[in-house]
Formats: sequence, C-alpha cells, structure tokens
Amino acid sequence: MSNQFTPNNPLPQEAPVPEELATFSPEVEAEIERHLAKYPVKRSAILPLMFIVQRERGYLDPPGVAYLADRLGVRVTDIWEVATFYTMINTQPVGKYHLQICKTLSCKIMGEPQITERACQQLGIQPGETTPDGLFSVSLVECLGSCGTAPMMQIGFDFHENLTTQQVDELIVRCRNGQLSNGVR
Amino acid sequence: MFIGAIGCEPLQLARVHLENPQSIETYRKAGGYEALRKALTTMSPEEVIAEVKKSALRGRGGAGFPTGMKWGFVPKDSPKPKYVVCNADESEPGSFKDRYLMERDPHMLLEGMLIAAYALGSKTTYIYTRGEYRYLIEIMDRAIAEARAAGIIGDKILGADFSCEIYTHSGAGAYICGEETALLNSLEGLRGHPRMKPPFPAVAGLYGCPTVVNNVETLTAVPDIIKMGGAAYQKLGTEKSGGTKLWSVSGHVNRPGVYELPMGYDDMEKFIMEDCQGISNNRQLKAVIPGGSSVYIMPASDIIGKDVRMDYEGLVVAGSMVGSGGFIVMDETVDVFESTKNLIEFYKHESCGWCTPCREGTDWLVKVFHRIARGEGRPEDAQLLLDLCDNIEGKSFCPLGDAAAWPIQSAIKKFPEDFRRHLTPTATNGREQH
Ligand SMILES: Cc1cc2nc3c(=O)[nH]c(=O)nc-3n(C[C@H](O)[C@H](O)[C@H](O)COP(=O)(O)O)c2cc1C
Ligand code: SF4
Ligand code: FES
Repeated sequence: MSNQFTPNNPLPQEAPVPEELATFSPEVEAEIERHLAKYPVKRSAILPLMFIVQRERGYLDPPGVAYLADRLGVRVTDIWEVATFYTMINTQPVGKYHLQICKTLSCKIMGEPQITERACQQLGIQPGETTPDGLFSVSLVECLGSCGTAPMMQIGFDFHENLTTQQVDELIVRCRNGQLSNGVR
Repeated sequence: MFIGAIGCEPLQLARVHLENPQSIETYRKAGGYEALRKALTTMSPEEVIAEVKKSALRGRGGAGFPTGMKWGFVPKDSPKPKYVVCNADESEPGSFKDRYLMERDPHMLLEGMLIAAYALGSKTTYIYTRGEYRYLIEIMDRAIAEARAAGIIGDKILGADFSCEIYTHSGAGAYICGEETALLNSLEGLRGHPRMKPPFPAVAGLYGCPTVVNNVETLTAVPDIIKMGGAAYQKLGTEKSGGTKLWSVSGHVNRPGVYELPMGYDDMEKFIMEDCQGISNNRQLKAVIPGGSSVYIMPASDIIGKDVRMDYEGLVVAGSMVGSGGFIVMDETVDVFESTKNLIEFYKHESCGWCTPCREGTDWLVKVFHRIARGEGRPEDAQLLLDLCDNIEGKSFCPLGDAAAWPIQSAIKKFPEDFRRHLTPTATNGREQH
C-alpha cells in the first residue's frame, strides 16, 4: 500500500503547489457538511470527502487537494499522505468506465484469467492502462467479497458477478452505447 | 449461490429469504428490535454483558476473542465518551458473509450495535465499511434513516433513558484497515497503520477513548443472545464456542454460498461432499483453506475420513483455524505453488509498509515466487522461502505479517510435490521447455 505506489495512486512527480481551491455546488457542499457532522474531529471525514472530490472532479486533483486541506484545517501534505495510502483514491485520471477485475484466489481458480484476457483484448489495453479516448480503464484488484459468485469485476461501485467471457463482451458494448451506469457515486 | 442454515435452525440467516428483507417493517414483523426493547426495559448494562459472557460468543472477525470478556474490559468509570465500532471492512480473501448479513438484514446489525452501545454506555457508534461495499453503505444509511424515524436511533430510544447515534463510514481500499487499530487510525483520518498494543482499544481506542471494535457477524449475534438468553445460545454450539457460525464457501464446489452451521458441526467431509454438493466437474478434492486466506491450507487427506469438527478447537486439532470462515475449496487441477503465489501477491499489495519484516519480506517473497514461476527455480528455494517466512512470522508489528507467512509455510509442508515440480532441474517448468 504505502511503500509501493499502485497504478491508481502514484505519488505526483512534482508535488504540485495548488494555486486555486476547487469549488462545489451548494448541494455538494451540503453533502460535505453531512459527513463532517458525523465526527467530533473534522479530519475523520477525509476519506468520505475524497470520494466526493473525485466523483465531482474525475480524480483527486491538486485544487481538490487544496480544497480538502482548507476544509479540514490540515496541511496539503496531510492530504497527500492519506491519499497515497488508499487504493481507491485516484490521484490520476481514470477512464469513465473503470473495470476492476478481481484477481485473488477464488476468482483466479474460477476463470479470472479468461475474463481479464477478454476484456483487455476487446479494449486493446493492458491492466493498469486507459484507452486513448479515456472511456475505459482496466485494473486487476484484490478480493472484493464476491468469491462465491466468482469470477467478478466492479465497474465503479457496481458489482458484476458470475461472469462469462460473453458477458464481458456484452458489458463493454453496453458501456460503449452509454447503456450502463459507470457506477460512480 | 446458496444462503441458508444446515444442521440447525437459521438464526443469523433467519430473515434473509423474506420478501423485502431490508425494510424495518419486515424486521419488526419477524420479532426485530424486541431484543433491544427487552434489554432497555428489563436489563441493566451489566446484565447484558453477563448474558453475552454466558453465550460463549467468540469474535467472528478472525481472532475468535470472547466477546463478553472484551466488553468487560471497557472501564466503567471513565469520564471519556465511549465508542462502539462495527468492523465491516471484510477484505480477507474468501470471506463474504458480512456482505450478505448487511445486504439482507441491515436492521439486525443496527439492533446488535444498539444493544452493545447500551451495555457499554456508548452514545456514538460507527460502521466502518470497506470502500468497495458502497451499495451496502447505502443500504445501511437507508436502514438508519428508517430506524431514526421509528424512534429506534437518536434520543430516548424506544422511550427509554438511552440515546445513541449510528453513523456509516467508508474505507478506501486497504485490507489492513480491517485490523482494529489500523481501522481506528483510518477512522481518525490517518493512514491505516496499526497501533502499538497495549493500550488496547477497550481502554484507549477511537480519539483515545474506550472503544469496542466488533465484527458484523459478532454484533448480529447479539439480538438472539438477548432474546433467547446466553445459556440457550451457547448450547447451539459447543462449550467454548457458542452458537452458530457463518461460512463463506467459494471455489470448486457445486453449491458455493453462505452457510450457517452450528459450532462444532460434524464433519468437514460431509459439509463439502453433501451440503456443498461435492466438487464441481466430477473432479477430486485437493485442498481447502477453511478460514480465509490467512490460515493454514489443508490437504484432502487431512479431511477425508478424518472427522474434522468445524469449530475453533476442531480446526486447530485438524491443523488449521476458523479465522473469518472463508472456506476456499480447490480441486485436483490447482497447483498449490500457483495458489500460494496468488496469496503472497495479495499480502505484498496489502502490507501497510509500517514495519520492515513485513514490508521487505513480502516483497522479497513475491520476487522469489516470480523468479520460480519464470522457470528459474532452484532446489534450495523451498528453504529460502521458509527462511524468509521465519523472518516475518512473530517479528512483525501486526498479525498481517504472520498471516502472510502461514499460507506459505503450510503449503510447502503439505504440498512439497507442487513446489518440487517447480524447483528441480527435471521439472517441466518454463526453462526446461525451451
Ligand atoms: C490484517 C488483519 C485484517 C483484519 N481484517 C478484519 C476484517 O476485515 N473484519 C473484521 O471483523 N476483523 C478483521 N480483523 C480482526 C480485527 O483486528 C479485530 O480482531 C476484530 O474486528 C474484532 O472483532 P471481533 O472480536 O468481533 O472478531 C483483521 C485483523 C488483521 C490482523
Ligand atoms: S506487519 Fe505488515 S501490515 Fe502489519 S504493521 Fe507491519 S508492515 Fe504493516
Ligand atoms: S477472490 Fe475475487 S471476490 Fe474474493
């Protein structure tokens, strides 16, 4: 996690000093307030707020980081420190549809290699990559609690389980046609 | 996928097949929140703790620590606020029971948390859910809103002199945050590194205050304990392991699923071959990892005809552990070298990097596994792997290091052939085929 920066959250090469703070709509600000109200200490809301920033801005970008530091009353480095620890926090843009295929044991023995191969073949990318049009990313991830319905992938937050290679094809077509939610919430 | 009880009346899974199981009406019609009412109106906090002690309930998060005893450690006279935290981080490969408990019966968890909060004098509680389970957070948030509207969460619950809040919280993809002290750091908005113990969370946990961290399945057992009494709950299981236990079954069986079994279920062979309807594709059983990825692997020869009882004591006798109950079944086509490589990659990815033996050790182990997989194995590599494990096990800051070493140690011991094949010059490994 922390020592090895995963493709999702590499440490930015030049620690960017953000000039502007991100701004959000009143609805999003109200949502942020609801999270802050849960805790006696503001900093506790750091992960819930990071999810909101990356939903609104595509990823945790430098203005988003500056916003969080300001909102939570911590330093910019405190935000980076936490962001780089957690796999689900994206410090770089990802595709609109992020296919996260589980590669852990139960999925592996129930057909994950074929699922990954098919998805990569269809999209022309390797795990860890994003298509040039920015529509798809593929990642191999660790157990997602669907071992009994393996093999599986998550697209955004949505589970797609008991997968066959044919279903992978269908999912990708539905993404291309805009018929499938990208599961980002 | 199957969800249900075998060998006992369903307790934790009693309502999962009802229509609209997530709604508070369904839950209340089935007797829900009556245990909370009983506790609030007829029992003192001490009496609640005493019943949980009598129930012989052991923590279902992996360590199996007696729940009543843990609750007893919380200092009564502390002027600080006290916290109850539900551990819904469920990230152990092979485990998915907590997911279905929350998906199918969210109010059972809320009721268990409220009873725990009453027993421990807590007014604020959190459900720390792994970030990938966002849909479960949404289910729990809806259940919390329903319960609040019904006067079951908030001020003066059910009219009694007890007020309590339940909040959901999302992790963001880190297995280590299932370890209770790392979880508390994460909940405080820090990196999820474990803390030094002692002090234990019961004394100094969240924000330095007395805190009880319990697994979802532990907390969902509490309403039934209060309803039927601790002694009756204990009798469903064995003397030292009371009640029933959920097993998440995955891999090469005809009927994977979440199975509720009485503690001490007899025996593992029957469970696999009859209850789970045997090995898929008419193949032979090769190995089982019975308690999630962190426990010792069991070869079929330690299961077939061996009368392995499924409880904490029985699995230790059989050479493994209950752990989180993530029961992974592997058939004869699985190469245990490959399956072990898969798990050590998991531990390397999830090592939090805090202490050297685990951070460097898991990285090194993966490098050796990958070299062997490339066909460059050497006969002395088995010993090298064991030496590396020896330098991690017992020498790491938290149990994740041990959990990384155990699968390798047991795999090399129980399946030497699968390793030898990759390590000998006559092997049909990559290098030899060229
Ligand atoms: C690396 C590691 C990961 C863990 N993951 C979980 C988990 O996902 N869920 C859980 O309930 N307990 C997990 N635990 C166990 C917790 O530390 C703790 O013992 C448990 O939450 C206590 O609850 P219980 O007494 O109800 O079992 C983990 C422990 C370790 C060392
Ligand atoms: S054993 Fe591993 S996970 Fe635990 S503190 Fe050390 S590096 Fe972190
Ligand atoms: S191993 Fe893939 S979901 Fe658990």
